[in-house]
Amino acid sequence: MIDTPTIDTGTFWLVTIALGIGTYLIRFSFLGLLGGRQLPDWLLVHLRYVGVAVLPALVTPMILWPAATAGQFDPLRMTAALIALLAGWRFGVIWTIVMGMGSLWALQYAFG
Amino acid sequence: MKLVSNPRAYWQGLRDCAPFVVIVVPFSAMFGMVATDAGLNILQVVAMSAIVIAGSAQFTALSLLQDEAPVFVVLLASLAVNMRMAMYSAALVPHIGAASMRMRMLMAYVMVDQTFAVSVRTFDAAPQMSLNEKISYYFGCVTIVCVPWYVCTYLGAVLGQLIPTSLSPDFAVPVCFIAIFAPMLRSLPHIVAAGVSIVAAVVFSGVPWNFGLIIAATLAMMAGAQVEFWQRRRAARAEGAR
Repeated sequence: MIDTPTIDTGTFWLVTIALGIGTYLIRFSFLGLLGGRQLPDWLLVHLRYVGVAVLPALVTPMILWPAATAGQFDPLRMTAALIALLAGWRFGVIWTIVMGMGSLWALQYAFG
Repeated sequence: MKLVSNPRAYWQGLRDCAPFVVIVVPFSAMFGMVATDAGLNILQVVAMSAIVIAGSAQFTALSLLQDEAPVFVVLLASLAVNMRMAMYSAALVPHIGAASMRMRMLMAYVMVDQTFAVSVRTFDAAPQMSLNEKISYYFGCVTIVCVPWYVCTYLGAVLGQLIPTSLSPDFAVPVCFIAIFAPMLRSLPHIVAAGVSIVAAVVFSGVPWNFGLIIAATLAMMAGAQVEFWQRRRAARAEGAR
């Protein structure tokens, strides 16, 4: 990869341990402490969309301005990402990975 | 209380979760590969998988760390991704809430999407199952999902170093994220939320410390919820008109 900054060791362990503890507390919350208490409906409704709210926002800059091309838009990566999205929507996890990587390699072979 | 007091239920859980191995293996191997590529050593990669055991949050944290985002943004975004597990935790209470505290502490640690989904589906369908059978079943699910998760993270980390740059291993990161959210786009609110997320990510991309991500995610979550509320109101009106 071109010019990827290395992750600081201290920061890595801080994040990993804090994330581990935080994730554990989320998992433990109701089962361990809150018992059968019911979450309010408005909160449950918002939680349902966390995944589709965070992940596309995270992935968009990676597709539009890839680090591997020093931030230059790359039509091949864009096309492969759209193919992956379609494959994932239609056929599920495995096909996203297969079609995403496969189509990028095919496109790079054909046009690169 | 023993982890496996009922071997029959244990094996049934293991068998019922076995199909997910096809997803867990490439996914954890990808994580191992991508994390090594990002400059982490094998101990760090495996430790992260063992401490966090949550693929999407691990990928999220990793890519934000690489972007040199501030620690609180990294944690906020990755914990938000894991908030869904609060729902899993709540949904498991009626089934295994009566287990001992030590048992519940252990069961919380290995609570992941697949073990949760399969065991709750089974418990709902078989209310006659005893607490011990349910616990054994749960750990059957855990064995077949979590053990490959650790092992394949390690294998991915070791073998990933052999992959040449010409194969664009960097692209595996967005592909993994797409693999997580694309199958979720099953209803209008989910699609709207994802659309808002993408547009807002571009609009707020200039906001410092990757805070644009938090803004985009919040807006998208609200958009999804509002569409769902709107759908409910519409359904209620249709019901009233009848």
